[in-house]
Amino acid sequence: MTSLVPSADFVPATINVAAVAPLLIVTVAALLGVLVEAFVPRDKRYVVQLTIAVLGLLGALAAVLTGARTNQTTTVAGAIVIDGPALLVQGSLCVLALIGLLAMSERLGSDHMDAFTRDGASAPGSHAEGLAQRLGATTTEIYPLTMFSVLGMLIFPAAGDLLTLFVALEVLSLPLYVLTGLARRRRLLSQEASLKYFLLGAFSSAFYLFGAALLYGYAGSVRLHDIATAIGTVNGLDGLLLPGVFFVLIGLLFKIGAVPFHAWTPDVYQGAPTAVSGFMAACTKLAAMAALLRVLYVGVAGDRWSFQVALWIVAVLTMVVGSVVTIAQSDIKRMLAYSSIAHAGFILVAVLSFDRAGVASALFYAIAYGFSVIAAFTIVALLRDADGSEATAISQWAGLGRRAPVVAALFTLLMLAFAGIPLTSGFTSKFGVFNAAIAHGGTMGIWLAVIGVLCSAITAWAYFRVILVMYFAEPAPQDAAGAARVVLPSAASTIAIATGVAMTVILGVVPARLLELATQNSQFLP
Amino acid sequence: MTLPTTALAALGTEGAATVHQADGIAGLGWLLIALPALGAALLLLGGRRTNSFGPALATGLSWASFGVGAAIFVEMLAKPADERAVTRTLYSWVPAGSFHVDAGIRLDQLSIAFVLLITFVGSLIHVYSLGYMAHDPDKRRFFAYLNLFIAAMLTLVVADSYLMLYVGWEGVGLASYLLIGFWNWNPPYASAANKAFFANRVGDVGMSLAIMAMFACFGTVTFTGVDAAAHNAPTGWVTFIALMLLLAACGKSAQFPLQSWLGDAMAGPTPVSALIHAATMVTAGVYLVVRSSSLFNLAPTAQLAVTIVGAITLTMGAIIGCAKDDIKKALAASTMSQIGYMMLAAGLGPVGYAFAIFHLLTHGFFKAGMFLGAGSVMHAMGDRVDMRTFGALSGKMKTTWITFLCGWLAIIGFPLLSGFWSKDKIIEAAFIGEGWRPWVFGLTTMLVAGLTAFYMSRLFFLTFHGRRRWLEGDHPHEAPSTMTIPMIVLAVGSVALGAVLNFAGFPGWLEPVVGGHGEEHPVLPVLVITLLTQLLMVIGVAVAWMKYWRDEVPQVAPRGSAVTRLAANDFYQDAFNDGLFVQPGNALANGLAAGDDTVVDGGARGLGVGLMDAAQSLRKLQNGYVRSYALTMLAGIVVILGTMWVMQ
Repeated sequence: MTSLVPSADFVPATINVAAVAPLLIVTVAALLGVLVEAFVPRDKRYVVQLTIAVLGLLGALAAVLTGARTNQTTTVAGAIVIDGPALLVQGSLCVLALIGLLAMSERLGSDHMDAFTRDGASAPGSHAEGLAQRLGATTTEIYPLTMFSVLGMLIFPAAGDLLTLFVALEVLSLPLYVLTGLARRRRLLSQEASLKYFLLGAFSSAFYLFGAALLYGYAGSVRLHDIATAIGTVNGLDGLLLPGVFFVLIGLLFKIGAVPFHAWTPDVYQGAPTAVSGFMAACTKLAAMAALLRVLYVGVAGDRWSFQVALWIVAVLTMVVGSVVTIAQSDIKRMLAYSSIAHAGFILVAVLSFDRAGVASALFYAIAYGFSVIAAFTIVALLRDADGSEATAISQWAGLGRRAPVVAALFTLLMLAFAGIPLTSGFTSKFGVFNAAIAHGGTMGIWLAVIGVLCSAITAWAYFRVILVMYFAEPAPQDAAGAARVVLPSAASTIAIATGVAMTVILGVVPARLLELATQNSQFLP
Repeated sequence: MTLPTTALAALGTEGAATVHQADGIAGLGWLLIALPALGAALLLLGGRRTNSFGPALATGLSWASFGVGAAIFVEMLAKPADERAVTRTLYSWVPAGSFHVDAGIRLDQLSIAFVLLITFVGSLIHVYSLGYMAHDPDKRRFFAYLNLFIAAMLTLVVADSYLMLYVGWEGVGLASYLLIGFWNWNPPYASAANKAFFANRVGDVGMSLAIMAMFACFGTVTFTGVDAAAHNAPTGWVTFIALMLLLAACGKSAQFPLQSWLGDAMAGPTPVSALIHAATMVTAGVYLVVRSSSLFNLAPTAQLAVTIVGAITLTMGAIIGCAKDDIKKALAASTMSQIGYMMLAAGLGPVGYAFAIFHLLTHGFFKAGMFLGAGSVMHAMGDRVDMRTFGALSGKMKTTWITFLCGWLAIIGFPLLSGFWSKDKIIEAAFIGEGWRPWVFGLTTMLVAGLTAFYMSRLFFLTFHGRRRWLEGDHPHEAPSTMTIPMIVLAVGSVALGAVLNFAGFPGWLEPVVGGHGEEHPVLPVLVITLLTQLLMVIGVAVAWMKYWRDEVPQVAPRGSAVTRLAANDFYQDAFNDGLFVQPGNALANGLAAGDDTVVDGGARGLGVGLMDAAQSLRKLQNGYVRSYALTMLAGIVVILGTMWVMQ
C-alpha cells in the first residue's frame, strides 16, 4: 500500500501489463497518430489516421475482452484498479468511441471531413483560412486528439486514487476543448463554445483539486481505499472531509452535466461539430458516471449520510431543470443537450441508491443512452438546408416524415427511446434506474423515482414534439429554402447510425445479455 | 422474483382459479400477436412492392388472428371452469439483477373475451376499410398501422404482467397517434394528435408509478403474483397503486378529468374512430380496472373513486352528446358516456365487474356499427359531418339506415336488444349497496339512460329522418358492399349479442377471473328499475322526435341556452386545461429557459442571422456570459453547501 507521503524508501510500482493493455494500445495509437500528422503526405493522412484509430480501438476492445478480463486487479501502485465496472465501461467506451469516430469521419463525398474546419488555428473569415482552403488543408489531427481523449476516458473509471483521476480528467478534457472549437461552419460559435468549455472546465477542475487536497489532509492519502478506511477511524477532521468530498464531486458532476454545473452543456453541444457533441454526450458521460460511482462507492460511501442530501438536491435539480428546459428548446442540438442533462439526472437517481443494483442500472443506462445519442447526433449532422449548413432549428424539420421517411422513422425511434417507451432501450434503462432507487434507496429513493417518472413524462413532450413536427407539419412556403434535406451519408455515418439504432432496439427487446453483464460487473474492487 | 404457480394458487383468493401452463392450441397464443405484427412489419418494410396486395394481406392476417383466438376459445370451453386460465412464458425479458421479468401471455376467460372482440370487430373494420380507403394513395401505410394496432391491443389484453400490459398500452397509444394523424399534415389535426398524446402521457405517468410501486411493494408485476401478494400489503400502498391505475385508465379511456382528447381524436379516418375510439382501445381502462380487481377489492377508497369518475363522465358525456352537431363528435361523446357506465360498474366491485365487461362487449358491437354507419353517411355526403345538413337519408341509404337503426335501438336500451341486457344490469347493480351510494349512482345511471335515449335519437333523426337539409350538389348513395357487409354483421351483433351472452351465462363465465359475489338486492325492486328506465327512454325518444323529426331543424345551429353552449364546448375543458396546466407549464418552461438562456447564454440564439452579426453580438457577450456561468456554479455550490450545513 503506497502512500503519497514522501517516505524513506522508494518502491517501484509493479505493472500488470495485461490489465492495462487497453490503455497502452490506445496510447500507442494516439502517439502514432501524432507521427502520422508529421510524416505522412497530406492526401493520405485521412485513410492512415482512420485506419490507426479504428485498429487502436478494436485492439483495445480485444484487450479488454481477453487479457484484462482475466487480470482483474489493482496495479501500478494502486493508481489503476481494473475491476468489473472498469472493464464494462472500458469495453463499452471502445465501441461507443468507435462509432463516434466513424461519425466524425463523414466526408459526404468530398475530399475533406465535412464537420471540421480546414485550419482550426486561423481566424474565421481571415486570409489564412482562405489560404488553407485553397491548399487543401485537412483536419486529420482530430484522430490523435480523439484517441487521447479516449485514453483519459479509459483511465477515468479505473482510477484508484484522486490524482490519477485528475490526470485522467485533464487528459480526456483538453482534447475535447480543442475538438469543440473545430467546427467547419459557424466557426465563431464553435470557438466561443470551446473557450467557454475550457474556462468552466478549468474552474471545476480547481474545485476538484481543492477537494482532493482537503481529502488528502483528512485521510493522509489520495487513494480511494485509504480514504474509505480513514472515514471510519479519523476523528475531529470532519471540517476537511465534507467540503473535500463535495468539491471532488463537483469536478465529476461538471463532466456529467448535472445542474447547477450544467451551464456549459447547451452551448458546447450546439457549438461543437455535431459528431463531437455526440461523442461527448455518449462517452464523456459514461466515463464520468463510472468515475463518480467509483469515488462514491469505493471512497466516500462511509460518510454518505452527511453528504447525500447535497446529491439529492443535485439529482432533483438536474432532472427538473433538464426536463423542463428541454421542452422550451427550438434548436435540436440544444434540445439534445438539455435532454442529456435530464438523462444524467435519471442516472444519478440510480447512483444514489448505494447498492450494486444501482451500479448495474446506472451503467446500463449510460451505455444504452450512449448508443442512442450518438445515432441521434449523427442523424442531425445529415440534415442540411439549401446552403449545406446543418438545419438544426426544429422548425426546419417540418414535413421531414414525407421527404425522408427512413431518416424520420429512425429519428422517431430514437426519440421514443429517449422518452422511455417500452421495447426501446430507454424503457429498460429508466425502469432499471428507478427500480434500483425504489428497492434500495429508502424513502428518498422512492421520492427520487417519483420525480424521475414525472420528469420523464415532461421530457417526452419535447421528444414527441419533434415527431409531430416531422410528421404532422409542413414548412411554411417562405421557409421552403430553409427546410431540412437529407444528404446521403457514406458508409461511416451509416454504420454509426445503424449500430446506434440497432442497439437501441436490441437493448429494448432483448436487454438480457447486457443487463446480466452489468450485474455481474457491478462490484468495485476496494 | 417469481413464485411457483402452485404456491400462488394456495395463496389465491377464494374463487380464483389455478393458473396452468398453456398447452394445446393455447400454447400457440403468441400467434395472436405475431400474425398482425408480421403484417405491419411486411407492409411497412416492404414499401411500394406491397402496395398491390398489402391491404388484402393485412385483412387476411387479422382474420387469421381471429381464427387462432376462436380455436383457443373453443378449446377453453372444453375445459372445466377452474382450469381455463393458462399462461405461457415466451422469453425472459429482464432476467438479471434485482428485478426479473418474463414476457409471457395469459389466456383466461377475461382475456379471451377481449381477444375475440378485438380480432372480430378489428377484422370487420379491415374489410370495411378496403372500401372506405379504396382511393387513398397511402392505404398500404394505413393498413400497416391498423395491423400494428391490432397487435398492440392484443399484447395489452393477453399480457401476463403489468409490464407487458404496459408495452401494449404504449403500443396502442402509438398506433392511435399514427392513425389520428394519418391524413393530416395540417395544424388542427396535429393539435388533436397532440392533445391525445398529452392526456395519454398523464395517464402513462400513473401507469409507470403504479408499476414501480408494485415492484417496490410486491416484488413482482405478474397478475398472479400481484393477486397473491396484495393481501399482505399495507392498505395505503394498495390504495396508491389502485389510484395510479385509475389515473392510467382515465387517460386511455377518456374519463374525467382526462376526457377532452377523445372528441378531437375524431379527426382520424372513420374506421379508426370505430376500431380504436369506440370498440377497443378506449375500453382498455375498463379492462385494466377489472384485471386489477384483486387490488381494487382491497382499496375501497380507490373503488369509490372509480365509481365517481364513472358517474361524472357518463353524465358529462351524455350532456355533451346532446349539443354536438358533428356526427362523429356526438358519437364520441356517447362513447365517453358509455365507458363511464362501464367504469362505474367496475367501481362497484364484484357485483359490477362482469357487467362492465358485458356492456363493453355489446357496446363494442353497436358503437363500432354506428361509427361505420356514420362513415358511410359521410362517404355519401362529401365527407361532411354536420348533421344539420343531413336529414331524410333513410330512403337513399337503406342498408346504412337499417343497420344504424339496430345500433340506435341497442344503445338506448330497447327491450331485448343488446344494450338492454348489458346497460340495465349496470343500472341494477348501481342500485345495490347501503347508504347514499345506491341512490346517487343508481339514479344517475337511470336518468342518464333517458338522456342517452334523447341524444342518440336526436342523432338518428337528424341524420336519417325529418326534412332534407342537404347542400347543393349532394347525391347520397349507398356504400359498396365491402362497407355494408361489416355494418350488417355488426348490426346483427347489436341486436343479438346481448341476449346470447345473457342466456349463455356470460357473467358466470367470468367469475373465476373477477371473483364471485353473493346474492344482493337493489334498494328498489328490479321490475321497478326496469320500468322506470324504459319510461325515461320513451320520454327521451319522444322529446327528440318532437324537436328533431316533427319540427323544422335550422341548418345553422341556434345560439342555444347557456347549458347547450357549455356542452357544445365540452364544458370548456380545453380552456380549463389550458388555464390550469398548459399556460403555467409554458410559463414555467419559458421562465426556466429564459433564466438559463438570457441570464446565461442569450447570445447563442441570435447566431443564425449570420456570421457578421454573430461576431458583433459575440464580442459583446463573450466577457459577460462565461462569468455568469461560473457565477451560476458558484451560487449553486454555496447554496448546496449551506443546505448541507443546515441539515447537519
